[in-house]
Amino acid sequence: MWFPRLPSDRVLRARPVEAPFALVQTQANAERLFCLNPRAEAEGLHGGMALADARVYCPALLTAPAEPGRDGRFLAALRRWATRYCPWVGIDGADGLVLDVTGATHLHGGEAMMLADMRARAARAGLALRLGLADSRGGAWALARFGEGVAPAGDPLAALGPLPVAALRLEPAVVTALQRLGLRTIGDLAASPRPPLTRRFGPALLARLDQALGALPEPVTPAAEPPHYGIRLSLPEPIGLTEDVMAGTERLLERLCAQLLAREAGARVLELSLRRVDGGQSRVELRLASPMREAGRILPLFRRGVETAEAGFGIDQLRLEAVVVEDLPVQQLGGPVTAHGAPAHGPALDDLVTRIGSRIGLENIRRLLPADSHIPERAFLVAPAAFSPPATGGWPAPRPRPLRLFPPEPIAAHGPRPPRRFRWRALQLATARATGPERIAPEWWLPDDAWRHGTRDYWQIETDAGRRLWLFHTPQAPGWFVHGEFP
Amino acid sequence: MPANLFDSFPLRPARVHEVCGPGASSFAAILAAQGSGPVLWVRPAWSAEMLTPQGLSRFFDPARLLIAEAPSPTDALAVTEEALRDGAVPLVVTEITKPLDLRQGRRLQLAAKTGDSTGLCLIPEGMGSNAAETRWRAAPRLASAEEADSTALRWEIIKNKSGTLGTWDVLWTDTAHRLHVVSPVAERPGSARASG
Repeated sequence: MWFPRLPSDRVLRARPVEAPFALVQTQANAERLFCLNPRAEAEGLHGGMALADARVYCPALLTAPAEPGRDGRFLAALRRWATRYCPWVGIDGADGLVLDVTGATHLHGGEAMMLADMRARAARAGLALRLGLADSRGGAWALARFGEGVAPAGDPLAALGPLPVAALRLEPAVVTALQRLGLRTIGDLAASPRPPLTRRFGPALLARLDQALGALPEPVTPAAEPPHYGIRLSLPEPIGLTEDVMAGTERLLERLCAQLLAREAGARVLELSLRRVDGGQSRVELRLASPMREAGRILPLFRRGVETAEAGFGIDQLRLEAVVVEDLPVQQLGGPVTAHGAPAHGPALDDLVTRIGSRIGLENIRRLLPADSHIPERAFLVAPAAFSPPATGGWPAPRPRPLRLFPPEPIAAHGPRPPRRFRWRALQLATARATGPERIAPEWWLPDDAWRHGTRDYWQIETDAGRRLWLFHTPQAPGWFVHGEFP
Repeated sequence: MPANLFDSFPLRPARVHEVCGPGASSFAAILAAQGSGPVLWVRPAWSAEMLTPQGLSRFFDPARLLIAEAPSPTDALAVTEEALRDGAVPLVVTEITKPLDLRQGRRLQLAAKTGDSTGLCLIPEGMGSNAAETRWRAAPRLASAEEADSTALRWEIIKNKSGTLGTWDVLWTDTAHRLHVVSPVAERPGSARASG
C-alpha cells in the first residue's frame, strides 16, 4: 500500500480546499514544495520546487507548513486500520504500509475483492492509494510505486519485467549507471548475466532483484502494538453521587489492575475522565508515590479528586487511563528490607505520600540525599521522595555542621577574630567560646552568587545565653555573617 | 520533690504536643531519635531555612526523614492532620507559623488519637494552642567545660495536662545517642503561670 500524497491528504482531510494546494518544507534555507494535491500537479508544479517559483507559475496556490511528525502518527493510525485486512502489517518508509495477506484474502472474498475494498475505503477517506500485490515484499513495493497491479503467483517477472530498474529500491547512482548500460527495465536486468553485475555493483543489486522476484526471503516486520491501559465505562443513566462514581471507578480499576498485573507493570499517573451529559468533561488526575496496581489501595486515593469533580447534570461515561506506567515486577510479600530489619518504606507510607501529594503536589514531599561537595549548602540534595529511594550511605561531616542553615545574615563586626559582642535578629549576644576558623573555599568551577565574597572562615560561636551559631568571616571582602545555628 | 523528665519524655503517644524556643528543632530531632520509624516534617515552603542532614545525623538517621513543604499554613495543618490520622508515620513534626485556634488544635488531637501517632508542633513563643497535651520550651545552654563535645540543652515543660511541670538541664551525647539529665533546675518563680 502506498499513499503517494499522504501528507497533503492528511491536511486536506481536516480542511478541504478546492484549489491547488501544497505543503511547504524548509530545506537548506529555502522553502520548497513537499507534497502537492492533484490540482497543483495539473498546474505544472512538482515536489522539490522552490515556493517562490511555484507562486509565479500558479498564483492561486494555497500552502501549509509540512509536519512530518504528525504524518508519522497518521501513518501509524493507518497501520492500525490496515490490521482489518490481516494481522501482519508493517510500516514501510514514510508513506507506505506492507501487509502480509497470505491466508487472509479469502476472508474478504479473494485478492481482487480485497484490493477493491481497500481502494473504496481509501477513496472515501480522501486518501490517494496505490496498491501492489506480489509474492514478495520487493515485488509489491515495485508494483505499488511503478504501475499498479497484481503479479501472478509463481511468475513475478511477467508483471515486474516492464517496470524500470528504479522499482528495485536502488540507490539513485546505481539506477543511473544501469541506465547508461542500457539496462532500463527489471526484465533487462533479470536477463543479463549475473557475475559481471555483481563485480560492478556489488551484491546489493542482485539481492534487491532476488527480493523483488521472491528468490530471497524478506520478512514483514509488524510494528509492536504498544500496551494501552485505558478502560471506559458507559452508563445508560447519568449518575451524580460521589458514591456512585466511586463504585464505577472501582469496576474500572479492577479491570485496569488486572491488565497491569498481566504485564507486570504498575501505574504511576492515573487519569479519570468523567464525561457529563452536557458534553463537558472533568478530569481527576492521581499521581502515585510509587508504581501501584492494587485496586483496593488506589481507590481510596481517588476519593478526594472525585469529591471535587463537577458532576453538573450527571455523568454518563467514565474513562480511566494509566497515563504513566512503570515496570513493577512481582515482589515477595514484605517488601524491601533495610539493614535494620525494618521495611524500607511500607505501602502505607506510599499511600500517605500519595494522599498528601494530591494536596500539596507530589514533588513537594522531599527527602534529603547526600551529595559530594564541601560547600555546606551543597553537601546534600533535597529530592522528591516519590522519585528517589532513601539514602543508604552515611552522612560524612568532617567538622560539626549546624542543624539549620539560613541565607547568610550580615552582622556588624570587624577584624578576622570573632566579635565579642554582636547583635543578631534583635538579640544582643556575647561570645563565650569560639572554635575555628574552618576555611572553606568556593567551588570555583561552579559559579554561585551566594559565594561572591570569596573564601569563608567559619567559626562556631557559643554565646553566653546558650545559643550556638555558625558565623563566617570573608577575608577577601571583610564582613561577618551568621549562616546557621547549631542545636 | 523534683519532677522526673522521663515521666513526660518521650512524649505521650497518640497526642499532639508543642515546643517553642530556640532549641525546638533539636527537641524534635531528639524525640525522633527515640523511635525508629519514618518521620514526617511539615515545613512552610516559603521558609529560606534548611534542615541539614549533617546536623540531623547527630540525632537520628536522616534517611528516615520525609519533608513536606506546604504552600500555606492551612495546607500545613491539613497535611499534618492527614498524616496523624493515617498512622503510617509515628511522628509528625509541624512548623506552625500562625496561631492555632481551639478547633484546629482539637482536630489535630483527634487525628493523633485515631492514628495512634505523635504530633509535635514547633511554635513561635506564645502561639500555643489550648488543645496541646504538653508544651515545652527548649533552648540551648552554655555547655560547661566537661560537656564540650555534647549538646547541652535546657528543657522546660510549661504546660502539662496530666503531669507536673519542671525544668531540666539535659545533655545529648552524639556518640552514645543518649539523653542524660544533668540536673533538675529549681522551679523558677512564674514558670507555673503558664500551666493550663
